[in-house]
Amino acid sequence: MTESMNHGIGVDIAFVLLAALAVISGWRVFRTDSMVRASFFLLVSFIAVGAIMILLAAEYLGVAMFFMMAVEMTVMALFMVMFMMNPAGLNPMNMVHQERIAIGAGIAGFVVLGAMALFAAFPERPLPTGLDPVRSLGLEMLGDSMLIFESAGIVLLATMIGVVVLSSHRGRYGAAAEGSMPPGLAPGGDPAGKSEEDEEAGGGHEHHHH
Amino acid sequence: MTLATLLLLAAALIGIGLYGALSQQSFVMLMMGLELMLNGVMLAAVAFWAYSGAGAPAGQLLTIIVMAVMAIEMTMGFALVVAVFRGKQADTTESLSGLKH
Repeated sequence: MTESMNHGIGVDIAFVLLAALAVISGWRVFRTDSMVRASFFLLVSFIAVGAIMILLAAEYLGVAMFFMMAVEMTVMALFMVMFMMNPAGLNPMNMVHQERIAIGAGIAGFVVLGAMALFAAFPERPLPTGLDPVRSLGLEMLGDSMLIFESAGIVLLATMIGVVVLSSHRGRYGAAAEGSMPPGLAPGGDPAGKSEEDEEAGGGHEHHHH
Repeated sequence: MTLATLLLLAAALIGIGLYGALSQQSFVMLMMGLELMLNGVMLAAVAFWAYSGAGAPAGQLLTIIVMAVMAIEMTMGFALVVAVFRGKQADTTESLSGLKH
């Protein structure tokens, strides 16, 4: 990796292919009917970026990306199956709102950031020869930047506690789902389900007794 | 593979992610847009580390912090999806109007 900046044509070809893969799969995330497939397209995009990181001599980060995203996207696919109405893509699906504004914002973001990439004069200070990226990262994490690294751990712990509080069934003021009703299928319409009393006692004021 | 091409790729990923985060109705798809943006941010950070940062280890550390942010975003997002689904049995942003003025 000492000559990572004087890379050969093979690295360039690999970069072009991986870049195309990352962008196309990233775009397909929002264009596929199946939400599970969307999460796997996102995984492909992440893996392509992780491979580009390895090309850039950041081996640890690239491999960490593989592991992290493989697990994360599997969890995401599971959530899709649990919660979403169309996880398998059996019906055509295009659930978007304010699409023109969104497309405009996306293109504007790309143009502004791309102009920065092309026209800004960034300093050219490539990796020094003889640098061991993994070793230097380890020494930094457990050396000068240990406080930052440990803070990230504390924040993750706080997140875990917050997630348990948010998603627990019994809230501080009673059961979390008490009295909850699904929204109507049409705006302002009747709820799309039954309340718990209806199901248990069978005595809703708008429904027949059964 | 130059700094400019890497940053262009990062800009493309951020642009697609921004589109997704703004346009998707489903919470989980919205989170995918946010993740795609963070994907571009991480790529840009590594590109700067490799081409402009002279291999300063803090550049790699920044990427690890972004990864932690991504994990936090993901878990909090899913916890909120669970909480909202418990409360309203809803999975799209349109179903939530409690804080709309």
